[in-house]
Amino acid sequence: MTINEIQNEIVEEFNQFDDWMDKYSLLIDLGNSLKPVDEKHKTPQNIIEGCQSRVWLNAEMNDGKIIFEGDSDAILVKGIVALLIQVLSDHTPDEILNTELYFIDKIGLKEHLSPTRSNGLVSMVKQMRMYALAFKVKSN
Amino acid sequence: MEKEKIEQIRAEFPILTEQIYKKQLIYFDNGATTQKPRCVVEKINSAYYHLNANIHRGVHYLSQKATEAHEAARQSVAEFLKADKREEIIFTRGTTEAINLVAFSFGEAFAKPGAEVIVSVMEHHSNIVPWQMLCQRKGMTLRVIPMNEKGELQMDKFAELLNEKTCIVSVSHVSNVLGTVNPVKEIIKLAHDQNIPVLVDGAQAVPHIPVDVVELDADFYVFSGHKIYGPTGIGVLYGKEKWLNAIPPYQGGGEMIATVTFEKTTYNELPFKFEAGTPDYIGSTALAEALRYVQEIGLNEIAAYEHELTEYATQRLLEIENMRIIGTASNKSSVVSFLVGNIHPYDIGMLLDKMGIAVRTGHHCAQPLIDSLHIPGTVRASFAFYNTKEEIDTFIEALKKVVGMLS
Repeated sequence: MTINEIQNEIVEEFNQFDDWMDKYSLLIDLGNSLKPVDEKHKTPQNIIEGCQSRVWLNAEMNDGKIIFEGDSDAILVKGIVALLIQVLSDHTPDEILNTELYFIDKIGLKEHLSPTRSNGLVSMVKQMRMYALAFKVKSN
Repeated sequence: MEKEKIEQIRAEFPILTEQIYKKQLIYFDNGATTQKPRCVVEKINSAYYHLNANIHRGVHYLSQKATEAHEAARQSVAEFLKADKREEIIFTRGTTEAINLVAFSFGEAFAKPGAEVIVSVMEHHSNIVPWQMLCQRKGMTLRVIPMNEKGELQMDKFAELLNEKTCIVSVSHVSNVLGTVNPVKEIIKLAHDQNIPVLVDGAQAVPHIPVDVVELDADFYVFSGHKIYGPTGIGVLYGKEKWLNAIPPYQGGGEMIATVTFEKTTYNELPFKFEAGTPDYIGSTALAEALRYVQEIGLNEIAAYEHELTEYATQRLLEIENMRIIGTASNKSSVVSFLVGNIHPYDIGMLLDKMGIAVRTGHHCAQPLIDSLHIPGTVRASFAFYNTKEEIDTFIEALKKVVGMLS
């Protein structure tokens, strides 16, 4: 699936709920079922410190595609980490760099990606793009 | 306080009727800032409409009026803190600026390499970082008073820390995370026995308990206007006259000078020596109005009612399974910090927000304290006299729902 197809699928899944509580329950489920980051990747270099919560992000190149792993100590943040990984992982650097992330806005969870929430997510999205750029430069 | 009285008080705070996500706002973040009563907002308006001219040294009518208002505000603050003289009241931008002023100016006059500054483990970053900067500048050491498991300062350890190298002690009156009311009078007494001055950070105390700086014998006492129903951007430094005269100015500029030539400047006398630039005379005037307002209600009544709210909230919180109250000091003010099991405070705060309830989460600008407790942060509900038991009930029901979703 393309990145946008995945985004559209997520938007559809979330938008079947009208009640915010259902949306958040889904987010919590996604957080709980996120594959844990390999302990050896939970290094200080992979921590993104937010003021409110922290995020771990690891990226590796496999067969021209970037595989992301992530985690957070807060479950709502972890749910969004799961969504970002679902959308961006297993794609080429070019695909990632050329993507506009619109799904968060469309599912009504934009507030979590606001810099004022200082939960590490804004830096995480930036970091994911940085990895894509770095891997792209490296492969050229 | 009676229900009717509280209803009357609530009617003075228009923001309390706001709807958040189509739900009635419940504001339990008073430790961060308080809401403003109509009289304070109206004072700001009327000051700008009828009293606005730059103060001091103006010969014209309006400048005189504005000057009188600013100086009357200084008098109000002096009376509020029971200070001896109005010259001992310096207006600052807030608690943080007041502490920075003392750390800088006191440091310039009295700090020596090898000397020590004592703070406590429960300080806000505002009462840590300015001293760290001083220590770095002068080659000094920061010493820290530890606390027990209830969140009370260990006074025997404090007594051991005091020595001939100690140059100043700086402690909070009330902890913004734990709500602990520290025995500042005893701290001051112990320090004074060795001729060591003490600064008290009163940011979390003045809105909740009556303060008498002379009775405490504090050398410096600081607080912020916005935490006591006044405007943002105005705060207070009280300093004993002997200290304020003994330390150099913090900032240079207009207002704080007596004469200026390119060769030499002589400084103005107290309190102007420490108020460089155009002071916030609108802010000071509105702060005085806020102080008048709380004194009209009565600080003892406020303290008693808020104590009742805090006790009630604590007791109801304990109904929830795996509730961990962070800070159980015997003398506590208006703040309840908690965690539920291992649920991250951010998750609780975000979901409560969705239900219209404003609490604060995280380390509350007291990272060393949070680290010492080995927790990721806390959820903090902090109360003001316009809060009600009914709001606490709604909060508890919402919290139960949130915990259900997260466990």
